[in-house]
Amino acid sequence: MIRWKKITFWGLIASLGLGFSLAPLPARANSGAHKVFTLQAKRYAFWPAVLVVNPGDRVTIELIPQDVVHGLSIDNYDLNMTADPGQTTSLTFIAGQPGSYTMRCSVTCGAMHPFMIGRLQVGQNDLLWRAAGLALLAAVAGIFWRRV
Amino acid sequence: MKALQDAMPLIEKTSRLVGTSAERRLNLARLPWLEWWIKSRWPLLIVRSVTLAAFIFTILAGLVGSPVGSHNFAIIFVWIAWWTALKLLFIPLGGRSWCSVCPLPMPGEWLQAGGLISKAGNANGFGLRWPRRLRGYWLASGLFLLIGMFSAVTLTDARLTAWILLILLVSALALSLVFERRAFCSYLCPIGGFTGLYAKTAPLEVRVIHPAVCKTHSEKTCYLHCPWGIYPLAMRDSSQCGLCMECLRVCEYDNIALNLRPFGSDLAVSQPKTGLDETLLALVMLSSALSFSAVFTGPWGWLKSAAYAIGSPAWLAYSAAYLALSLLVLPGLYALAVWLSRNAGEIGKPLKRLIAEQAQPLLPLGLFTWIAFTIDFAFPKFSLILSVLSDPLGWGWDLFGTAGASIHPAILGAAPMLQVGAVLVGLFWSVNLGQRRVETQQANWRAALPVAAFSLLYSLLMLWLLVG
Repeated sequence: MIRWKKITFWGLIASLGLGFSLAPLPARANSGAHKVFTLQAKRYAFWPAVLVVNPGDRVTIELIPQDVVHGLSIDNYDLNMTADPGQTTSLTFIAGQPGSYTMRCSVTCGAMHPFMIGRLQVGQNDLLWRAAGLALLAAVAGIFWRRV
Repeated sequence: MKALQDAMPLIEKTSRLVGTSAERRLNLARLPWLEWWIKSRWPLLIVRSVTLAAFIFTILAGLVGSPVGSHNFAIIFVWIAWWTALKLLFIPLGGRSWCSVCPLPMPGEWLQAGGLISKAGNANGFGLRWPRRLRGYWLASGLFLLIGMFSAVTLTDARLTAWILLILLVSALALSLVFERRAFCSYLCPIGGFTGLYAKTAPLEVRVIHPAVCKTHSEKTCYLHCPWGIYPLAMRDSSQCGLCMECLRVCEYDNIALNLRPFGSDLAVSQPKTGLDETLLALVMLSSALSFSAVFTGPWGWLKSAAYAIGSPAWLAYSAAYLALSLLVLPGLYALAVWLSRNAGEIGKPLKRLIAEQAQPLLPLGLFTWIAFTIDFAFPKFSLILSVLSDPLGWGWDLFGTAGASIHPAILGAAPMLQVGAVLVGLFWSVNLGQRRVETQQANWRAALPVAAFSLLYSLLMLWLLVG
C-alpha cells in the first residue's frame, strides 16, 4: 500500500515536472514585424534597458553612446557592434527562440563595464514561468519527500 | 600500543554504537594511492607555496598593473577565477578545502610554528586565547556586510583589491602573533565565514574513527597540533575544520579519517549545535546574493552607479537598503516564518532556539543561489582569464597568444538553464531539510510550511532577478 502511494506520488511529481518543463505555453504569433530601437548607451546602462520583440521579428538596433565608446553583444546571438560617442551604428537581426537574453557592452568603457547589461526579451519569458512552476513543485516535493 | 590493546573491548562496543554514523563513509586516507598525498606535509607545503607566490603576484599586479579591472590579473584572478572556483568547486565538493591552501594565514602560521614544515604550535607570539565574547560568526558577518557595501568598487578596482589583500595578509599575520592558532581564519575572515557556513553541505569530513581510542589517549596530540584549535573527538560539524590534515599526521593510533560522505551530512543531525550568529550569517549570505544579483547581473544602470559612487547620497541609499535587507527585512521575515512554524506545530522550544536551529534549511538555499548567481556573474567573463594570463598587467603583452580570447555566445545561452537548475536543487534541499527538522521535533508536518514558504518566495525572487 505504502509502496503504491510512493509510486503514485513520485509519478505525479515527475509528470508535473515534465509538464512544467515541456508543455507549450500560449505564445504570441510570429509577427515577422520590423522593429527599430534607438538604444542609448551611457556608463553603465542601456536605455531602454529592456527591448521587447516577438520571435521572428526583424530587429534593428541603433546604438548611440552618450559618453564614451560602447559596444553591444547579445547572449546566444553571434553579433557584435561598436559605436563612438554621439555617432549611431545600427545592426539588424532576426529574433529567435522566446526567452530573455542579456545584452552586454562589448567595449571596455570603465570600471563597471563588465556589468553594463540590458535585456532582449523575445516573446514571453517561458523559462521564468516554467522555472516558477518547477520551484513550486520542488517545494511540494521537499515537504512530502519523506511523508509518502 | 598497550593503551590501544587495553581499549579494544571499549572500541568494539563504541564502534557498534557509532556504526550508523560511520555508514556510507569512505576513508580516503586509507586508499593506498592517496595516503601519502594526504599524510605527508610536503604536497601541502608545495601547493601553499604556489598559492602564496600567486597571492603576492596578485597584490603586485593590482598595484602596478592596468587600472582597468578587466585587464588586470588581480581583478580577474581574484573575483572571477578564484571566487568562482570557491563557489562552484571548493565549497560544494570540499567544504573548507580552500582554507588548507589559503595563503593568508601562512606567514603567521609559519612564525607560530617556528618553521615551514613543523607541527603547528606557539613557538613565537603571545599565544593568547581569542576573547570568548568575540567568538562565533558575528564579526565575519559584519565584515562581509562591510565588503558588500563596497563590492562594486572592490570587484572592479585593481588597486583597492590589492590593498584589501594586503590588509588581510597583515591582519592575519598580526593576529597570529597575538592570539593562538588561526584566530583570524576562525573569527574574522569574511570568506572563512562563508566557506565555514556552507562546508556543512560538503561531502568531505575529518572525523575520529574509534572515539574510545581518543578517550583513552591523554596526550591529545591532535588537539595540541591542530592549527584551528579543534579537538576532533568533539567535532560536531565541519564548519571550523580547515582540512589541513595535521590531526591525521600526528595521531599515534591512525585513528582519524578523511571521509567521503553523503552531501549535507552535518545538516541531518537531530540536535544541531547552531547559534544565532550562524543564522545571521546565513541570512546575510541570502541578502547579499539578492543584492549582488540585482547590482551585477540586473539591467538597472542607476543601481550600478549608486553602488559604485562611494560616499555619494545614492551610495548611502544603496548601502542603507543593503543593510536593511540583511539586518531587518530578511531576518524579520524569517523570524516571522519560524514563529508561525512554532505556533502551527505547537513546538515548545523558545523562539530564539528555534530560529537558531531552523537556520539549517537556509544553508543549501544560500549555497545554490550563490552558485546560480556566480554562473551569470562569471561565465561571460571566463575569456578574460585566458586574456590576463597572456597580459597579466594590462600592458599590451600576449605571452601565450590568448590575449584576445573570447567566449562563444552559445555557452552564455546555456547559463540560464543551469541557474534555474541550481536554484531548484537548493530550494528542494532546503524545504526537505526544514521538513526533517520539524519531524525531529515531533511536530505537525504543517509546521514546516512557513519556512518552506520563506524559501520558495526567496527562490522566486532570485529566479526573477537571474532569468526574468
